[in-house]
Amino acid sequence: MILIETKGRSVSSHWHKQRGRVICHIQLFMATRVFLLILLLLSSATSIFSLYEDQVGLMDWHQQYIGKVKHAVFHTQKTGRKRVLVSTEENVIASLDLRHGEIFWRHVLGTNDAIDGIDIALGKYVITLSSDGSILRAWNLPDGQMVWESFLRGPKHSKSSLMVLKTLKVDKDRVIIVSGKGCVHGVSSIDGEVLWTKDLAAESVEVQQVIPLHDSDKIYAVGFSGLTQFHAYEINAMNGELLKHETADFSGGFVGELALVSSETLVALDTTRSILVTVSFRNGKINFHQTYISSLVKDSTGIAMILPSTLTGMFTLKINTLKLIIRVTGEDQLELVEKFDHATVVSDVLSISEDKEAFAVVQHGGIKIHLQVKLSDDWNSDLVKESIEMDQQRGLVHKVFINNYIRTDRSHGFRALIVMEDHSLLLLQQGKIVWNREDALASIIDVTTSELPVDKAVSVAKGEHNLIDWLKGHILKLKGTLMLASPEDVVAIQAIRLKSSEKSKLTRDHNGFRKLLIVLTKAGKIFALHSGDGRVVWSLLLPSLRKSKVCDCPTGLNLYQWQVPHHHAMDQNPSVLVVGKCGYSSNAPAVLSFVDTYTGKELNSLDLGHSVAQIIPLPFTDSTEQRLHLLVDADRRVHLYPRTPEARTIFQQEFSNIYWYSVEADNSIIKGHVIKRTCIGEVADDFCFESGDLWSIVFPLESEKIIATGSRKSNEVVHTQAKVTSDQDVMYKYISKNLLFVATVSPKASVGIGSADPEEASLFAYLIDTVTGRILHRMTHHGAQGPVHAVFSENWVVYHYFNLRAHRFEMSVIEIYDQSRAENKDVWKLVVGKHNLTAPVSSYSRPEVVTKSQSYFFTHSVKAMAVTLTAKGITSKQLLIGTIGDQVLALDKRFVDPRRTVNPSQAEKEEGIIPLTDFLPIIPQSYVTHALKVEGLRSIVTVPAKLESTTLVFAYGMDLFFTQLAPSRTYDSLTEDFSYALLLITIIALVAAIFVTWILSERKELQDKWR
Amino acid sequence: MEKGKAVMGSGRRWAVDFTDNSTTPSSRDIPDPPGFTRASQDQDDSTTSRQKKDAEANWKAQKAWEVAQAPFKNLLMMGFMMWMAGSTVHLFSIGITFSALWQPISALQGVGKVFEPYKDSKVDLLGPKLLFIALNLGGLALGVWKLNTLGLLPTHASDWVSSLPPAQEVEYSGGGIPLH
Repeated sequence: MILIETKGRSVSSHWHKQRGRVICHIQLFMATRVFLLILLLLSSATSIFSLYEDQVGLMDWHQQYIGKVKHAVFHTQKTGRKRVLVSTEENVIASLDLRHGEIFWRHVLGTNDAIDGIDIALGKYVITLSSDGSILRAWNLPDGQMVWESFLRGPKHSKSSLMVLKTLKVDKDRVIIVSGKGCVHGVSSIDGEVLWTKDLAAESVEVQQVIPLHDSDKIYAVGFSGLTQFHAYEINAMNGELLKHETADFSGGFVGELALVSSETLVALDTTRSILVTVSFRNGKINFHQTYISSLVKDSTGIAMILPSTLTGMFTLKINTLKLIIRVTGEDQLELVEKFDHATVVSDVLSISEDKEAFAVVQHGGIKIHLQVKLSDDWNSDLVKESIEMDQQRGLVHKVFINNYIRTDRSHGFRALIVMEDHSLLLLQQGKIVWNREDALASIIDVTTSELPVDKAVSVAKGEHNLIDWLKGHILKLKGTLMLASPEDVVAIQAIRLKSSEKSKLTRDHNGFRKLLIVLTKAGKIFALHSGDGRVVWSLLLPSLRKSKVCDCPTGLNLYQWQVPHHHAMDQNPSVLVVGKCGYSSNAPAVLSFVDTYTGKELNSLDLGHSVAQIIPLPFTDSTEQRLHLLVDADRRVHLYPRTPEARTIFQQEFSNIYWYSVEADNSIIKGHVIKRTCIGEVADDFCFESGDLWSIVFPLESEKIIATGSRKSNEVVHTQAKVTSDQDVMYKYISKNLLFVATVSPKASVGIGSADPEEASLFAYLIDTVTGRILHRMTHHGAQGPVHAVFSENWVVYHYFNLRAHRFEMSVIEIYDQSRAENKDVWKLVVGKHNLTAPVSSYSRPEVVTKSQSYFFTHSVKAMAVTLTAKGITSKQLLIGTIGDQVLALDKRFVDPRRTVNPSQAEKEEGIIPLTDFLPIIPQSYVTHALKVEGLRSIVTVPAKLESTTLVFAYGMDLFFTQLAPSRTYDSLTEDFSYALLLITIIALVAAIFVTWILSERKELQDKWR
Repeated sequence: MEKGKAVMGSGRRWAVDFTDNSTTPSSRDIPDPPGFTRASQDQDDSTTSRQKKDAEANWKAQKAWEVAQAPFKNLLMMGFMMWMAGSTVHLFSIGITFSALWQPISALQGVGKVFEPYKDSKVDLLGPKLLFIALNLGGLALGVWKLNTLGLLPTHASDWVSSLPPAQEVEYSGGGIPLH
């Protein structure tokens, strides 16, 4: 956290000197204050963004998440820190504090490195198996450092499992049995050495399960070959020696699901999924016994599935929405124990003493959940029975893990870790929720912002209760300014600054710093985060994005600002539009949901009859400031929302000027479409329109493949169309929202770095007008390849790619200027306003454009790129680059200016043109995330604040990071550490001095008169 | 306070009348000294005053011309300072330029006041005034010229278009890669 900004300091001291000089000059020349302002602005033109150590956390916040938990292993045996080790669906391994739920350590594995199993070995190592059973890693339990890593190879893909043998010891070593990729491996837990490998895939056997045998060094590996043959291998776990191999045929065939009931009994389903087959392989003999499901349950129509469980003597069968617990009694008799609805969850078994094993069952009942812990051999009695009130926004319980502890009276107590439908993680103990984590925030899909209410009455400032507190705070600050503060005071000042209630109020502020960040997560839950401190203001598990009978796997797609009352309809709250669809296919029906951003309530939801391929927010709003949106379905029909006559009238007025385009990356085709007429046929309604093809750009598939596109943000504001160069010349920017940047590469080079030679790899950059389909600019980078990240703003595009010849990453900039406006140079015509510079322009007018471009080397590979946006577009821009190290780097646009030359003239230097260098500099102070990391960074979102100088930056991935940036410094406001108290005291002192001297002078004058 | 009281309390004890009664013949009860002829003095009076007035008018006219020429020196000095200040925008050049602009303007505002003391029915002030105004206008022009060399005058096209907002677009187009 130590951040010493020497450069920043020197800049500021230089600044003070300059200010001193300014004042003395002004006394010299008796200039007015206006000069001072101008000069202040001029001298602050050269700015460097940096942060002092004590400013960390004032305007930024950082939150860490792990994602939806898949497996959890408790580590509570020893005294000291109690922890739980979890692996998640976001490929994270983490060690959490069992007391508070905080993260001790965490590792984010790559996106393709899904975790299959997690366990603890030797009491000090965390063992993880990932990438379909091919990578085995050991991490040190206390600090999370990796101890060893083993790669396990196998011929084919298969089910993978991880097992640490508890009983088996060889010279203090424990053997880890891994099955995966068709093999069974024995791995030493001390150094990860592969002790032995048994390739069972060679015998075309697919291993289903590895079963340890109690009190011996033998294991069983059971599996199927073909549909009907069952194999059981008895293997010596020490050396991998094959002791026995039994095989038997079952004419009914197996579907490949197995449940282990005891160490010698398995239950499987036949291919019709109507017969349960009990397999016992005691003493080297395999016996099958069939039981019809219908004989156990009356209503057994539906697909039966065996759910993975570890209950002793029992297994779980799922039919439709029912969950059945079935006990195997005796040799092969099945007996139905309990019937649950689908919302009930059963935990794995936990051995609590020598011969006792317990498991937990969680059921839903109204607003409460009921947790029962039972002994596995006694179904009817409960060790623990608790009811806990649960927030309805958390949905159903998805997983439960239990752990026991010994109470002071030597009885067993249990704690349960629960994973909910909204991906949150809760720890229950003694009927209470000890802590909870909102881990849905690790998987954000889309972000938008909303203003806070204006109403002053809504919020109450906490912290500064009264005038005395306020005064105390300011006096402390004053002490700090006058360097009188003691170390304790400094700490207190910092605490006051960090806890400032000002930034976390729930009302709109004058500068527009306080906003609600509305985020849509993979769990189908929407959160509203306060931009001041990152807390969750409200959250909503969208009913339309929940699994239901209508829709089995709904997915959220995007968030849009639906209604933003600005001038009209001020009595209405702003709302957002959530677009989702039901299923993964391209013609899955769409679902829309409208959510009030103040209250967090769903206003309305629509199950649409059509699919959704694209959503186009139009630049028109109706009388209640609802934005018009076009939804394009898979059949290229366009549907207008909101479905009101008013929206239709507005749309029809602008009908002829609305176009849309589609990028088919797989076929390398870009097509432009025009909206023709209302739909005909069975889908006909007033809000559906047919579209026709207008133009298409077909790239040759054998040489060009589309890998990236970029267009301007629709909410970007551009202040001016002219760019003034140092010699007072004007260049007119070609500013169009209908420009599309497209990058294509040779198909060979699209796979990954190293896949193509420099000779056969090329990258082509295009600028395309999406109304007419005209290619405005085309550029070739020979020997370059993707991945390409591009950002488009105003009249420029910056893109990042890999240069194979130079073996370096490169960034290029293209600026595009309108040559047809260049003759507007007559001052008198401009003075009297006789020009057509502000007249509406059409893309069909065929503007003559010129481009300038330049390329630079860049050190980092890039995960995401964005550009700062400000309210009026006056402030200079910064590129925000998400680096491979999960940090966000701010790079001034001045560094990627195609007008840079090696030796800029004096005038160009004054204009701010930096001498050309082949590398883009990486200034350590310009890391926006300073010492923090946004693990798994996926995207960077910028939102303008109301104050022109400031932009709000939100970066998300596994972690969330928010901060405020001022690319040209905060030239329009006083800094946060400005001492108002000092100013006030100075004014009071001055006023007092004026009075005193006035009285004194009066008296003196009088005396003089009498002399 | 003592003094005050004394003054207030007691009346006048004595007084001297300084009134010169010498010219009033009616009160001439004291005879003139021998050799003093009052008549000759009376005759001379008109001629001397005329001479005096002429001299004064001359002097005034001369002074007025001097005042009118004064800005010329100023002009030279300003020119020198401007040359010293250079043509880049910084504190010195801005200060000098603005004072070069301000001085002639304030001087032009106070033309009447400057020539107030030399106002006379016999003196023709039009010439000096015109010179004064011309010189100050020259100074003003110098200032404006300096302002222009500093690039602070809106004489370029760039000064007029830099605040023009981008033109509205007739067409609207949206879309992109289909969602999946």
